[in-house]
Amino acid sequence: MALRQCAIYGKGGIGKSTTTQNLVSALAELGNSVMIVGCDPKADSTRLILHAKAQTTIMSLAAEAGSVEDLELEDVLKAGYRGIKCVESGGPEPGVGCAGRGVITAINFLEEEGAYDDELDFVFYDVLGDVVCGGFAMPIRENKAQEIYIVCSGEMMAMYAANNIAKGIVKYANSGSVRLAGLICNSRETAREDELISALAAKIGTTMIHFVPRDNVVQRAEIRRMTVIEYEPTAKQAEEYRQLAIKIRDNKNFVIPTPITMDELEELMMEFGIIDDVDESIVGKTAAEEAIA
Amino acid sequence: MAALTKEETEALIQEVLEIYPEQAKKDRAKHLAVNDQSLEKSNKCITSNRKSLPGVMTIRGCAYAGSKGVVWGPIKDMIHISHGPVGCGQYSRAGRRNYYVGTTGINTFGTMNFTSDFQEKDIVFGGDKKLAKIMNEIEELFPLNKGISIQSECPIGLIGDDIEAVAKKANKEIGKPVVPVRCEGFRGVSQSLGHHIANDAIRDWVLENRDGDDSFPTTPYDVAVIGDYNIGGDAWASRTLLEEMGLRVVAQWSGDGTIAEMEKTPKVKLNLIHCYRSMNYIARHMEEKYKIPWIEYNFFGPTKIAESLRKIAALFDETIQAGAERVIAKYEAEYDAVIAKYKPRLQGKRVMLYIGGLRPRHVIGAYEDLGMEVVGTGYEFGHNDDYDRTIKEMGNATLIYDDVTGYEFEEFVKRVQPDLIGSGVKEKYIFQKMGVPFRQMHSWDYSGPYHGYDGFAIFARDMDMTLNNPCWKQVKVPWKTDDTSKVAVAAGA
Repeated sequence: MALRQCAIYGKGGIGKSTTTQNLVSALAELGNSVMIVGCDPKADSTRLILHAKAQTTIMSLAAEAGSVEDLELEDVLKAGYRGIKCVESGGPEPGVGCAGRGVITAINFLEEEGAYDDELDFVFYDVLGDVVCGGFAMPIRENKAQEIYIVCSGEMMAMYAANNIAKGIVKYANSGSVRLAGLICNSRETAREDELISALAAKIGTTMIHFVPRDNVVQRAEIRRMTVIEYEPTAKQAEEYRQLAIKIRDNKNFVIPTPITMDELEELMMEFGIIDDVDESIVGKTAAEEAIA
Repeated sequence: MAALTKEETEALIQEVLEIYPEQAKKDRAKHLAVNDQSLEKSNKCITSNRKSLPGVMTIRGCAYAGSKGVVWGPIKDMIHISHGPVGCGQYSRAGRRNYYVGTTGINTFGTMNFTSDFQEKDIVFGGDKKLAKIMNEIEELFPLNKGISIQSECPIGLIGDDIEAVAKKANKEIGKPVVPVRCEGFRGVSQSLGHHIANDAIRDWVLENRDGDDSFPTTPYDVAVIGDYNIGGDAWASRTLLEEMGLRVVAQWSGDGTIAEMEKTPKVKLNLIHCYRSMNYIARHMEEKYKIPWIEYNFFGPTKIAESLRKIAALFDETIQAGAERVIAKYEAEYDAVIAKYKPRLQGKRVMLYIGGLRPRHVIGAYEDLGMEVVGTGYEFGHNDDYDRTIKEMGNATLIYDDVTGYEFEEFVKRVQPDLIGSGVKEKYIFQKMGVPFRQMHSWDYSGPYHGYDGFAIFARDMDMTLNNPCWKQVKVPWKTDDTSKVAVAAGA
């Protein structure tokens, strides 16, 4: 099987890292050879696989050694649960330096050092919430990830973010082979969430590949720095992640997305009662002003 | 060749513009003009200080060049850190010929390159810590430095290094001025913004240092020379004249200058501005804050020198006024001899210029003293106040070109056929290969000084030896030679 490179995007705090690690564990369980590349200076994309607080990152090791050229692959690549290969790009503390450049440097290093070997079936890039600059778009540029999964929920901001990410994909899809491969709904238990995300997916030209229900076992596992798959393989939630893994393994539905306009998105949300009909007369009015009127 | 008429010059501009695509033609047309001395304001005829068009071979520099290369670099007893990757500092090192007195590496640092030499990790994690470390190392290795400036290269503005915080901390630790300068190269349209940013940094981090400190004994005759970079010793040749007329030059900005001189400048009675473009900002600031008047002067050629000396003297008492006359009289025999020797050899020769800050207008008088005529001039990075000052200096119907492109300059030269071109090193070899005598007017072609009476003698000699060099008679175009066999051999070889 040829190597499939997938990137996971989505609003910050939506559960990208947790979903990715559980999904990857399920893929490994199915006998796949998988690597996770954390593309976030926080470096929390591999902790559940490695049972570690935070993996030592490529950039921090490079800073210590002098330059990235001084590193060897085995310095940065750690194997965790079921042999899953883990690597974190790393980057600066908030407010200094350039995290985007860190992602670019790290991914270039992995390529040059041959981290993407023939044995691998999947690489998953777990990318920081907001694509704030070119560096964070690195995983979806030419010859990197070809399948993008967006994690979202039925909350308004999560859907805005999903639509915006779809816009970003269009830019690179037209010049390369990157495609949108589906939305993963990580449930926040909002009303008619599955229908809403399915509808959104249809509008932007893709599908909701799986609806992951909310379950406290995820948090229980996380406290132990484990995935649900490893912590409690018999849990119902583990089964959900296995289904997600199978669907992704068998997924053939790769599209150039058709992101929708703000108006269309608001209409959709109104249809599902997430937001009320916009009353133009109240826009920009303070509570005090409304009281007088 | 006879001078072009107004109509011919206008037609020439139109003809040269013809090759451009529509938008470029429209844009470039605004930067080319036929001089008309009757105009009060240049904005009636020319646009300047705008973004250059891509692909036109502009010769402009960047904001970093304007700050590090021009304004700050010559302050000899400070160490100027080129903060960012190594290239900006290394490829501009020691290139500007601003002479200074001192022992390089001990108490002066002018021709050295100090850089934070950014690597990937510095981009990713920020360069603040490295910068702080460099400053400690500088203190240890070069203890006689009198201060440090941080000259930002492009990445600093992108990754948001807090160089101001590092500067403040270092200033406390080492007890010397540490000046952060936000002169990232991508800012602005040319080096001009770098001059302004550098001036602002002096205003914010240097000038106030001796406010309220009256320990420096002043005299009624204290002046500062602002905007003389001492190229080939220019400032020295200027300073002697001012001193001979009875003035006391307290500070030289920034050629052969020191941080102490800068700090003392708010104590002077008058600021004398040579390069208006690069340092008018700080002169205006001192006028506003310290009530120090300023005037522009021109020390190229005896006519302008005498004019300037008298103009400066008029702002002082009779002692100085008499001093000015004495100086002019003292050198009269000397410059008359220069003119007597060279004018017959240069009379009627026509010059085209294209230079930087002040020279496109300031050197016109010096050429005229030698009987020559400037028939075209332009600024790399001038603003309209520069062109306002140029209109009166140039003859009617002469060519004015702003941020001229390689193509335009060549075409103008082909038509105008000047006897001499004065521009930079990037232009030099193109025009020499076209068979036109050429002088570098940024670096004085490794000669100088050209300022003052001493400089005028060198200027006249240099123009003569370039223009009347016998080599130009040897330049023959192959299709005009009788001996076609040579060409055949060359082609066969």
